[in-house]
Amino acid sequence: MNEVYLDNNSTTQMDSRVEEVYIENIKKFGNINVIYDKGIETRALLNDAYDKLYDGINASDDDDIIITSSTTEGNNIVIKTFLDKFLNGSEKNHIISTVAEHASIKSPLKYCKSMGMDVTYVGTDSNGLVKIDEIREAITDKTALITVLMASNETGAIQDIKEIAKIAKENGVYFHSDGAQAIGKLEVDVQDLGVDYFSWSAHKFHGPKGIGGLFVKGGVPYTPLIHGSKNIMGGKRAGSLYNNGVAAMAIALEIANINLPLITKTVQDLRDYLEDELLKIPDTKSYVPRENRLKNLVAISFRGIEGEAMLWDMNTHKIYLSTGSSCSSEDLESSAVVEALGEKVEIANATVMFALSKYTTKDDIDFVLEKVKSTVIRLREISMTYAKQEAFSVHLH
Amino acid sequence: MARGDLVTGNVWEQYSEKVQERMNFPKAMGEFTQADADERGARLIVADFGAESCGDAVRLFWLVDEKTDTILDSKFKSFGCGTAIASSDAMAELCIGKKVDDAIHITNTEVEAFLRDDVDTPAVPPQKMHCSVMAYDVILEAVAQYKGVERSEIENSDIVCECARKTHKDIVDAIREHNITEVEQIIEITKAGSYCKSCIRPGGHEPKDIYLVDILDQVKKQMNQERLENAANNSGNNSFADMTIVQRIKAVDAVIDEYIRPMLIMDGGDMEIVDIRENLPHFDIFIKYLGACGSCASGTTGTLYAIESTLKQKIDENIRVLPI
Repeated sequence: MNEVYLDNNSTTQMDSRVEEVYIENIKKFGNINVIYDKGIETRALLNDAYDKLYDGINASDDDDIIITSSTTEGNNIVIKTFLDKFLNGSEKNHIISTVAEHASIKSPLKYCKSMGMDVTYVGTDSNGLVKIDEIREAITDKTALITVLMASNETGAIQDIKEIAKIAKENGVYFHSDGAQAIGKLEVDVQDLGVDYFSWSAHKFHGPKGIGGLFVKGGVPYTPLIHGSKNIMGGKRAGSLYNNGVAAMAIALEIANINLPLITKTVQDLRDYLEDELLKIPDTKSYVPRENRLKNLVAISFRGIEGEAMLWDMNTHKIYLSTGSSCSSEDLESSAVVEALGEKVEIANATVMFALSKYTTKDDIDFVLEKVKSTVIRLREISMTYAKQEAFSVHLH
Repeated sequence: MARGDLVTGNVWEQYSEKVQERMNFPKAMGEFTQADADERGARLIVADFGAESCGDAVRLFWLVDEKTDTILDSKFKSFGCGTAIASSDAMAELCIGKKVDDAIHITNTEVEAFLRDDVDTPAVPPQKMHCSVMAYDVILEAVAQYKGVERSEIENSDIVCECARKTHKDIVDAIREHNITEVEQIIEITKAGSYCKSCIRPGGHEPKDIYLVDILDQVKKQMNQERLENAANNSGNNSFADMTIVQRIKAVDAVIDEYIRPMLIMDGGDMEIVDIRENLPHFDIFIKYLGACGSCASGTTGTLYAIESTLKQKIDENIRVLPI
């Protein structure tokens, strides 16, 4: 039996063309900053990769693209740049963010708070959209940075980054967007979006793990997180470069952009089919309207079924999914992002995410549907709350 | 953190075979109706515990023979993760054939032990212990219902950590016995707080009436108070080690007044206590010579020896006297 991987907002399988570039360039081991000829081939490789990266997100030559290990690192660099300014006496002590962010934003913000900064978390509406008016209202003359993710990994809700960037600009506040879910699923043009900072990870769009990028608009504040030799990216992010990783990320970005219209359409059709079929199961509910959601995602709750129990059964069929349930998390807390949709905690506990990729096939989806249907029957038989609600509705009639 | 924690463990991989088996094929899953009860001449008990918002909810069905108070049959239904299903299943099965009063002793720790493949390996990882707690709570509900009493009458309301089933008294005893000063020591010694961690301090998964940090705080204050009262009540009979600092000064001064000061004054000198410091096992008493004593050569030899041996003899043999 084949496995069906539908956790593509967590990480993705490497594209075979990316894999080729990755392996081929492992052999080019020379450091770029050496004076002898061994660095030449590496420099050529990196120059080519940089061309692809700048083109891929439409950065201008005045901007920087810092090679990082991950979105998490990029997010940390941006937030800690403003923490650094604050600790060095800046009056700007305030950062605005949202409840829908990933831990790689929330955790550094918590740290900033512990160091004396103020943080405002703006809520989302029932469609998963960040309440832009609340952002506008939260801005004060002390606000240094606004950081809003481009799309949520859990609900798939796509934010109006362009509009938020405009508000930030009007108020003289810097703006960062966590783009982990964006590349390969949405068009990313940093100039059009109007962001000052934009971070991503290659492994979210069929690239390798351990490599990512941070777009830094020319002239905006920047404090290195990792200090070291000035020979690497002018000291902005020290440490020997992951040469073949950079090359692989660049080709992954190129492929993601080329495939975008085609892939999103194919993936979207499959996703719509999956969603339509899932919604035919009684007492299910999907979240965030399609036009406003990542085209590869269905976030859906099965009433009376706890999310982790669903994942367990799916796992026995080698179908891999994720859930917003409290049971599946180390700290036993349910997904704040799903709850932020205005749903009750019990819905977060019953929500399961199906995240497709370009490798998902119609056969995969049919297999998943077959197994979901039988699992829902099994788990609802065990479920006390489902039975209870049934009894309730009978009583009401 | 240590090497073993660097690669995050998969929760599922830590489930015992028995847990996995029951998640896939629960044996006692299902329900009983009044008709089932009538058929077997038994009383039907249906007890609920938990809520979907907590992530777990369970319903327990019993058929009880009222003549013998014996649970003839038992089934469950559950909204919960695999651990909740498996522990509810084991719990329901363990109830069968037991007297209602004995069912109270089927605690979550007993259910967990029952689900182990071998006695030394936990059936579920620590953070999943929490999911089995309500398997016990629902039994209490069922017993209360059967007896027609309030749950509080049969419940050990003294429980602070439900995952490890540690009572307030267990925690207090441990603090006193081991003279605990940090909450981490309570967790290490009693295992309370080592599972879902809700009971350690506010802000965890579940709000609690009282937290380990509160108990520690209270007991430490109490112990301090007791030490003081003890010292005050036994004034005069206390060992030097048990005295408060004020009592120690008074005790030393009294001996000096009676046995030492008169001699020094005869020679045109005197002394005073500057400080008493614990330097366990010793007590260092710092003194300052006054008048003629200040220039007397014997102040660091014979006189000093005489003072120290008198204090050792009259008060505590661990006393050392140090002129400054």
